Amino acid sequence: MTIEPAQEGSGRVEDRADGDGAAMNRFKDAEHLFRVALVFAAGALAFVVVRAILVPKSFGEYGHYRGTAIAEIAAQPVVFAGHESCETCHPEVPAVKNKGKHAKVNCEACHGALAKHAEDPGTVEPAKLETAVLCVKCHSKNGAKPEGFPQVDAKEHSAGLACDTCHKPHSPVIGAGGKP
Amino acid sequence: MNMSRRQVLLLLPAAAVAWESILAGTPEASPNYKLTEHWWGMLVDISKCIGCGNCVRACATENNVPEGYFRTWVERYHVSDFNQAEPVVDSPDGGKEGFPPMLEEGGKNFFVPKMCNHCADSPCTQVCPVGATFISPDGVVLVDKQYCIGCRYCIQACPYGCRFLNPKTETAEKCTLCYHRITKGLTTACCEACPTGARQLADLKNPSDPIHEFLRTHAVQVLKPHMATGAKLYYNGLDGSVR
Ligand code: HEC
Ligand code: HEC
Ligand code: HEC
Ligand code: HEC
Repeated sequence: MTIEPAQEGSGRVEDRADGDGAAMNRFKDAEHLFRVALVFAAGALAFVVVRAILVPKSFGEYGHYRGTAIAEIAAQPVVFAGHESCETCHPEVPAVKNKGKHAKVNCEACHGALAKHAEDPGTVEPAKLETAVLCVKCHSKNGAKPEGFPQVDAKEHSAGLACDTCHKPHSPVIGAGGKP
Repeated sequence: MNMSRRQVLLLLPAAAVAWESILAGTPEASPNYKLTEHWWGMLVDISKCIGCGNCVRACATENNVPEGYFRTWVERYHVSDFNQAEPVVDSPDGGKEGFPPMLEEGGKNFFVPKMCNHCADSPCTQVCPVGATFISPDGVVLVDKQYCIGCRYCIQACPYGCRFLNPKTETAEKCTLCYHRITKGLTTACCEACPTGARQLADLKNPSDPIHEFLRTHAVQVLKPHMATGAKLYYNGLDGSVR
């Protein structure tokens, strides 16, 4: 690098020209600063490099978190298929159910999670339901239930008989008709 | 089932297509789901809850919630006529198997389903030291399991007690609003299993969502409004004694 004589009074060029002794003395003092600066520079570089390695690419994509975490969480498998899925293959059930009092009760509220069955009905068979257990989960008498909700004291009401000896699960009001 | 083999065979391709679309995958991968087009919340109608525990069971099944921990649970309130300020609250096993008959006579009795309020200004995400919990652009408070260091700050910070430390993974866990379902166009497991419509998923950015009509026409409240958490779990018919 060639150093052109700069503006008057910049001092630098003269220092150089001054001869070794003075320059070395000056540098001896400056050396401390130089070293500190070097340490800082090395530290900053290390920080940048380590940060680049440790912080995932997607961090900060949407905010102060790993953006790809969203997709990872969304990739969890579904366990409840949803009633729309059931109804594509079992259209005869909603045909009856939707006219009755259980119209708003979804399939899997009674049958349990059945995504595996919906995916592969040939090999995954839904468990048979025990109505004496199932129906009272919703219909047993309880003082905290809304007053309008139909509740029975199972002991009095059915005397141990399974509820589906008298009620049709998909259309529960007696005499309301409907096959399933 | 009275369906011929031929009918079932005819239905299979249709169902397969429906199922494929359900499993269409991640929000980025799914062209139908845009993060910026949704803002999720939930409506809980206390006057409809029958305390059957279907939501608690469904949540545990869908999300593999460890035994004894709850992402959603149901509380039963008994408010006596003479002491409104001190209700008797019980929640045996989170209400998972329903509730025994009331012990107390008279008064006011009702069920309150609880879960993460998916706050817009959530205290839990603010205290996380590593950016492992956050509010997604569509308004769901989520936990990044890989990033969580299990320090429990968020569990302390949640005013609603909705978080716990998963004993197996040692990471914070909470309701994801069934993020893996709502991004595929399904409702949450608890809403799917609720027999009375006491819980309803709500997309506050969707102008045709019935939530808007409901919020306009009902006296709706959130829990602990004084904490200004921006809670998005809206309760209809919430009694003042509920905390
Ligand atoms: C891909 C089509 C398909 C889907 C989706 C589907 N099923 Fe099925 N399901 C079948 C077939 C096929 C059978 C066996 C029919 C038979 O044996 O008569 C069956 C059997 C059943 C049975 C037992 C019937 C019996 O006679 O014991 C129940 C209960 C049932 N399904 C409920 C459901 C529910 C609830 C859903 C929704 C989660 C569902 N299914 C989704 C095809 C389907
Ligand atoms: C109120 C609870 C309840 C609901 C809601 C319900 N089921 Fe059922 N279902 C039963 C019971 C109980 C049985 C008889 C016991 C058994 O087969 O396990 C049954 C039987 C069945 C059967 C086989 C036998 C038959 O009679 O057809 C099928 C298939 C079925 N249900 C499908 C459905 C579908 C699809 C839906 C949703 C549209 C649905 N169920 C909703 C309770 C219910
Ligand atoms: C998951 C909860 C649930 C289960 C399980 C359930 N039901 Fe229901 N049931 C309901 C709901 C909700 C209604 C509608 C109540 C209303 O109209 O306010 C209802 C209505 C009824 C009614 C009509 C009452 C009336 O006259 O208004 C009868 C009867 C009934 N259920 C019987 C049964 C039987 C029998 C079973 C077992 C096969 C059963 N239920 C299982 C939730 C359930
Ligand atoms: C021996 C036949 C029989 C059996 C078994 C039976 N029921 Fe009933 N149930 C009836 C009759 C009949 C009615 C209608 C009478 C009435 O309206 O009071 C009825 C009414 C109901 C109602 C409506 C009550 C109301 O307040 O509107 C519910 C809910 C109900 N049953 C649930 C059940 C449950 C749950 C079981 C099983 C534990 C069951 N039933 C078993 C015969 C039966």
